[in-house]
Amino acid sequence: MLLSVLDLSVRFGQVEPLSGISFDVDRGEILGLVGESGSGKSLTAMAVAGLLPLVGGRIAQGSVTFDGTDLTRLAEAELRAYRGRRIAFVTQNPMTALDPAQRVGEQIDVVARLHRGQSRQGARATTIDLLTSLRIPEAAAISDAYPHQLSGGMKQRIVIAMALAGEPDLIIADEPTTALDVTVQAQIIHLLGQLVRERGLGLMLITHDMGVVAQVCDRVAVLYAGRLAETHNAAPLFAAPRHPYTAALIGCIPREGMAPGSLTGIPGAVPSAAAYSAGCRFHARCARMEERCRTEVPLPAPRPEGGALACHHPLGAP
Amino acid sequence: MSLARSLAPVARAARTPMGAIAGLWLALIVAAAIFAPLIAPYAYDVQNLPESFQPPSSAHLLGTDEFGRDLLTRIIYGARTSLSVSVISIAISVFAGMVLGAAAGYIGGAFDRAVTIVVDLSWSFPEILVALILVAIIGPGVTGTMAAIGVAYLAQFTRLTRAQILAIRSETYIEAARSLGAGGRFILFRHLLPNALAPVLVAGMLATGDAIILEATLGFFGLGAQPPLPSWGSMMSSGSALLFKAPWIIILPGLAVAITVIAINLFGDALIRALDIKTRLREA
Amino acid sequence: MTNPLISAEALARRFSTGGGWLRPARSMMAVRGVSFEVAKGEVLGVVGESGCGKSTLARLVLRLIEPTAGRVTFDGQEVTGLGPGDLRRLRRRMAMVFQDPYSSLDPRFTVADALTEPFAVHGERPPAGRINALLDQVGLSLAMAASYPHQLSGGQRQRVGIARALAQAPDFIVLDEPTASLDVSIQAQIIALLSELRRGNGLTYLFISHDLGLVRYFCDRVLVMYLGAVVEVMPRADASPRHPYTRALMDSNFVPDPTRRKTLQALKGEIPSAFDLPKGCAFAARCPRVTDLCRAENPALRDLTPGHPVACHHPL
Repeated sequence: MLLSVLDLSVRFGQVEPLSGISFDVDRGEILGLVGESGSGKSLTAMAVAGLLPLVGGRIAQGSVTFDGTDLTRLAEAELRAYRGRRIAFVTQNPMTALDPAQRVGEQIDVVARLHRGQSRQGARATTIDLLTSLRIPEAAAISDAYPHQLSGGMKQRIVIAMALAGEPDLIIADEPTTALDVTVQAQIIHLLGQLVRERGLGLMLITHDMGVVAQVCDRVAVLYAGRLAETHNAAPLFAAPRHPYTAALIGCIPREGMAPGSLTGIPGAVPSAAAYSAGCRFHARCARMEERCRTEVPLPAPRPEGGALACHHPLGAP
Repeated sequence: MSLARSLAPVARAARTPMGAIAGLWLALIVAAAIFAPLIAPYAYDVQNLPESFQPPSSAHLLGTDEFGRDLLTRIIYGARTSLSVSVISIAISVFAGMVLGAAAGYIGGAFDRAVTIVVDLSWSFPEILVALILVAIIGPGVTGTMAAIGVAYLAQFTRLTRAQILAIRSETYIEAARSLGAGGRFILFRHLLPNALAPVLVAGMLATGDAIILEATLGFFGLGAQPPLPSWGSMMSSGSALLFKAPWIIILPGLAVAITVIAINLFGDALIRALDIKTRLREA
Repeated sequence: MTNPLISAEALARRFSTGGGWLRPARSMMAVRGVSFEVAKGEVLGVVGESGCGKSTLARLVLRLIEPTAGRVTFDGQEVTGLGPGDLRRLRRRMAMVFQDPYSSLDPRFTVADALTEPFAVHGERPPAGRINALLDQVGLSLAMAASYPHQLSGGQRQRVGIARALAQAPDFIVLDEPTASLDVSIQAQIIALLSELRRGNGLTYLFISHDLGLVRYFCDRVLVMYLGAVVEVMPRADASPRHPYTRALMDSNFVPDPTRRKTLQALKGEIPSAFDLPKGCAFAARCPRVTDLCRAENPALRDLTPGHPVACHHPL
């Protein structure tokens, strides 16, 4: 397994916004990390990359095993050898990820020189190769452009090229297509899918869109309010979601032939980390709530057909 | 939009350590200025030559000047002159700047261009130069100083208000108001001016610190309040010749200026943080 | 359509930039000759990607910006010809809900202030109980009347925006991407609320969105725009698309079903700049069915089947 997150909990002072998160990502595989805003997706990504101290948080419990090494036990200096080099990031807004005053090609070069120790000429050649492999026409001309001269989709390709320039094993992509137009989103999602298969990368795709998850992910981890609701392979998860939250998220996407009025959303909103309730955190919004859900925390339990489920009263149960 | 809500940021600023110290000093100095006749131990203008050049003592806590006048008394009355001149002149300047800037930002077109050109031109002269020229034209004294300081800072507030109005005008809630049928006046007085107010008032407060220095400078050159009315600047001026003989005569009013200006800046900074308008001030 | 509530005829809007020293003036047509009709009680969807002119169209319809050409008629009255007083009176009957629930509320206004504004702009006070009734209609608790926008979630703010639009009991509401900045779960809540309000109040909507899946769920007819012009009007939400661009939009819309993965990437390239439109069909550069005819001649919008106009030389 390339990345194994086991029973991970994150604390900010007295507040514990993330508790008992476990999931795996293998090479050549895309894991979709889904949930609404405030469910802890981005925080999970920061914890995996050891970036929590930047925002004043810490890992309180659990392990993040990357290629056999527990990253939670490494010092910051050792972590830096992983970050950017073996674990790369693609962020939501390509505009803020790029330096507006530097040519995009040079920004990719820097990564190749820093992490691969390449010469100036070598890095330039790598950059052009990368851009070509990302199906960017006239790669040389594009690499001489400044960010503001490029469209949103092209900028996101540049950010992906920067991520690939360090030859990473794992890419963490946080809502990489949310800021893009729909036809461009489709292009970028296809591109990420192809990169993972061709290069044998692991990809952790953070998104709130179950449509995107269904399109490219092999495995899915559904988060709600800082806890794991359900994990499983994509096909069975969508065919028969067991956790009511998973089913509700899928039901939020309008589908062809849906009867008018059948799209109802999930009532209420995700609670803030300081106001988590006792019992199952989803119980206040759940249609299948029973007495036990108010008081007793459902812990993620492995299930016979694979994956894990944290629900007292799952769908499809008698 | 009650008064309590408007004053809440001031209370928040006063609760920070720096804000509290600065606020305490400002409250003290303002109280001293207002109640000067009640708390001053002596008369500010009665000469007592036998007691001249006394260093600080129990009879004269801050000593006496070359005419034997009590320095504490004169600093208290000086606060009256310095503060009232700078506060009133900046208040007039803020008001006029808001009217001009709001009109320029709101009306736009040729009027806006004309205002912008004048503001940019006056921006390229230091305030002290503008003030000196104006005092030379109007003549020295309290009124002349007020007019000079008021005009010297007018460009700053006009520019800031105009920038605020332009930024707020592009907010969606302005378009929302228009979609409901709101006219120009409604939008100006209900949305644009109330939202522009906080940054301009804070800039006004910070400028009051500069204005105290400017007033002291004009006083130092003998262009401000005329004797025997004390001002911190004119006191320093008379003390400058006696720097080695009686250093307290120049040092003590100088300290009053310095501490007050620092206090205004510290409190202003605390207020900026409490209002969370740092970026909005920088935009302008 | 015998008696449309609102209709647009050949609406066009040109924007200019530059024109200062050293910068030549450039202009672009954000909206190019758009016509449509909306019947009373109907929901017309307008779908397209960024830069297609859908938001400009929304503002032209409500005359928040002036058209360069064309006209809008509301309930028999020509909106584009009204003087300021008549236009203000008409604004009680049409309203708008904006995309960004954060910047569409004045940060200094409480919820009650925001809901009072639709009356205050006409020099009135809201009738007794009206504010509470509005909060109730959009599913907000009455206690929220005293809240400021920064104390509310995005979904709650958008409910305030909807309540504000409903305040004067309008007949027609333009919804400009009302759910684009919300979570999908909240988006579905808001769409459900809008459906309910439509039924309860007999409202007519113009629904602007980039999400064809959502538009096909929520709207009766769909106008598809590309670079300022209408390329297709789908007569029913479930009609099959005839324009290659509409097809591509549908292919870009991922459904939550891994068994129906799209294997082909929908479209190559991105939307060209509206400042230098090609001579022929604006979509030619990205179209899989492009021929020389498309590059030479701009196809006109014509009915392929009655009530289903498409602007394409080679429709599907």
